[in-house]
Amino acid sequence: MSPGRAWRALTWYVKGVLGENDYERYVAHLRRAHPGAPVPDVGEYWRTRYAEQDAHPGVRCC
Amino acid sequence: MRSPELVEKVRTDPGLPPVAIVDRRPMTPGKKILFAVIGLVAGVAWALVAILRGEDVNAAYFVLAAVGTYVIAYRFYARLIEYKVVRPDDSRATPAEQHENGRDFAPTDRRVLFGHHFAAIAGAGPLVGPVLAAQMGYLPGTLWIIIGGVLAGCVQDYLVLWLSTRRRGRSLGQMIRDEVGTVGGVAGLIGVFVIMIILIAVLALVVVNALAESPWGVFSVGCTIPIALFMGVYLRFWRPGRVAEVSLIGVVLLILAIVAGGWVASTGWGVALFTLDKVTLAWLITGYGFLASVLPVWLLLAPRDYLSTFMKVGTIVLLAVGVLIAQPVVQAPAVSSFALEGNGPAFAGALFPFLFITIACGALSGFHALISSGTSPKLVEKESQLRLIGYGGMLTESFVAIMALVTAVSIDQHLYFAMNAPAGLTGGEAASAAEYVNGLGLSGAPATAADIQGAADSVDEESIVSRTGGAPTLAFGMAQILGSFLGGSGMIAFWYHFAIMFEALFILTTVDAGTRVARFMLSDTLGNVGGPLRRFRDPSWRVGAWVCSVVVCGLWGAILLMGVTDPLGGINTLFPLFGIANQLLAAMALALVTTVLIKKGLLRWAWIPGVPLLWDLAVTLTASWQKIFSDVPAIGYWAQHTAFRQARDAGETSFGTATTPEAMDAVIRNTFVQGTLSIVFALLVVVVVLAAVVVWVKAIRAGGLPTTEEPAVPSALFAPSGLVATDAEREVAAEWADYLDENPEAARTGTHA
Repeated sequence: MSPGRAWRALTWYVKGVLGENDYERYVAHLRRAHPGAPVPDVGEYWRTRYAEQDAHPGVRCC
Repeated sequence: MRSPELVEKVRTDPGLPPVAIVDRRPMTPGKKILFAVIGLVAGVAWALVAILRGEDVNAAYFVLAAVGTYVIAYRFYARLIEYKVVRPDDSRATPAEQHENGRDFAPTDRRVLFGHHFAAIAGAGPLVGPVLAAQMGYLPGTLWIIIGGVLAGCVQDYLVLWLSTRRRGRSLGQMIRDEVGTVGGVAGLIGVFVIMIILIAVLALVVVNALAESPWGVFSVGCTIPIALFMGVYLRFWRPGRVAEVSLIGVVLLILAIVAGGWVASTGWGVALFTLDKVTLAWLITGYGFLASVLPVWLLLAPRDYLSTFMKVGTIVLLAVGVLIAQPVVQAPAVSSFALEGNGPAFAGALFPFLFITIACGALSGFHALISSGTSPKLVEKESQLRLIGYGGMLTESFVAIMALVTAVSIDQHLYFAMNAPAGLTGGEAASAAEYVNGLGLSGAPATAADIQGAADSVDEESIVSRTGGAPTLAFGMAQILGSFLGGSGMIAFWYHFAIMFEALFILTTVDAGTRVARFMLSDTLGNVGGPLRRFRDPSWRVGAWVCSVVVCGLWGAILLMGVTDPLGGINTLFPLFGIANQLLAAMALALVTTVLIKKGLLRWAWIPGVPLLWDLAVTLTASWQKIFSDVPAIGYWAQHTAFRQARDAGETSFGTATTPEAMDAVIRNTFVQGTLSIVFALLVVVVVLAAVVVWVKAIRAGGLPTTEEPAVPSALFAPSGLVATDAEREVAAEWADYLDENPEAARTGTHA
């Protein structure tokens, strides 16, 4: 594996685990499933995401 | 592709490429040889660890025995469970695909989800439990972490994940209610709540014990709060969504905070400001829990979680690499006298059942059932990936536990007991501690007061005597291992505080998330009572949020305070309660899984969750029985309670380790609470299991019963099953790539690399 590819794989992975790719994924989902729906900007998306987390907290393990 | 006639490609739509592969090809000869070699290496390593018990067992053998066993278990036992029980059907859409909304339901790459799931299940438990269990020697702990992991913990995680995936990601409590009935469901729900409270309290106690009288630790852990706030604001207002970037900045700031802590702790004002006693710290942590519960998630909780994930994975990898490079020599005996006589100072009780109770999360963790039902099932792409996520994720956690055990058993035995015996035994001073540990009949040269003080000086701490709770011991061991090849002796103090910081970070993440979840459970329950309480159902009602947060923090804060002021040593009395609670939750989860198997007519395979369930019940109910009925005061809460009560009634002003009448009253009060909790836990689990048994009998008589599994919906996406795609999977993936080139509107982005 070339260093460039390895770096891209690493950043893809870290971003994936932390959730940095989620916005992109959401937009893709909207375009495919609800083509006419308005697409929120990234700040708006994360505000909704955190508001949802506020209302539905998840457990972390011991 | 090799023997394509044995590979069946399943289509759900003639216009689409295949969505699933049924691969009936036997293992290649090369693979057979590979697995035989792995099995052989693991066998030899086991023989060296367990049977030969050489004078200097090398830590590398533990790693080989563990990894070899995991590989074989994953390839063969998990595969058996897959074939006979789970029977994944990849032509069926998972909840992530069926209910995709791009937020909580979203098909996620299996490797990413593995990391995600592991970060959610791994915490301080598998690190702290094995460290305490090391008082019984290295062998019992090693055996249980590996065997228990493979046969119990991984099975539970895998099967609960499967149940929840087939039920739209429903939670454990809901599934118990659906499958076992209302009585079992209510007992399960109360059980989860009470268990959560005790869990938070004991974990917070571990942090308090690690930070007390340590200005360096208090400063650097305290810094994590402003760092998290900064990250939250950064993500909200400056660069929304740049999670990886902000986490990296956070980690750099964290390292700076550790370095700065060393400097602060060397100044007069730093020592004066940040040297806090246990009671003050307990109040501060309870207050922090309250704040984290009422502040918006984006400000504190979410950024802390990013930091914690980053540090978790990074530090665990660092520890694994450290053990492999440094290969410390084991100092503990294979089996210590405490294992047989049950009079150990770190925790009381004999090997059966208390070793299993103490190790808890490293081998079997009921808490994982809460994670495996909920988040992960809503993200998985294919049912055949559940083995990797559920079984594989827990194997990784078991490996973390082995690393923690290796770290603890490679510490000098005298130092280990000086750190882990409560202050009532060691006297709290280096000289008295040396005298105490020399009286234990440990192997190796006797310790002097200078040795013990020297160990404290090496990590820039005032004292290491009676730093119970496991976290300081692990940090000390890690510092020695990492210091031996990274930075030398000058860096040992840094590594010690690095380890303390990362443990505290984990635990505080669990404390704040747990407080929030418990708060929601409480407000839901209150809301369901009806009448004027119905308002509690509205999560945006601030008063309700505040009231519930105060109640939840009050409950665990009270147990925490009880622990820090306990004259008997808080960890010694409370940690078993934590372990019992966790293992009882596992019993509920395993009872649920067994119920569903019997209902589905899989009675023949019900032993797969049934045997771990029976074992777990035997362990936890024996432990509860002893905690409630034992007449040995060191073990039985009520025996202790009665002994102190009689002493007080007889007019004595000091008794045992309690030197004042107030301390005696504290013991009487604490043992009452602990004894009552033991009874409540045991009763709740007995109710759930009995309710399950009633369902089993009905189901066996009826030859199976309907379950609440959701009907199958055809899938329209493809993804490989294992960590590495097979040749057949790559072929189908290529068909999809071609198809998506021609039909770009059907593409899903962000989920695949």
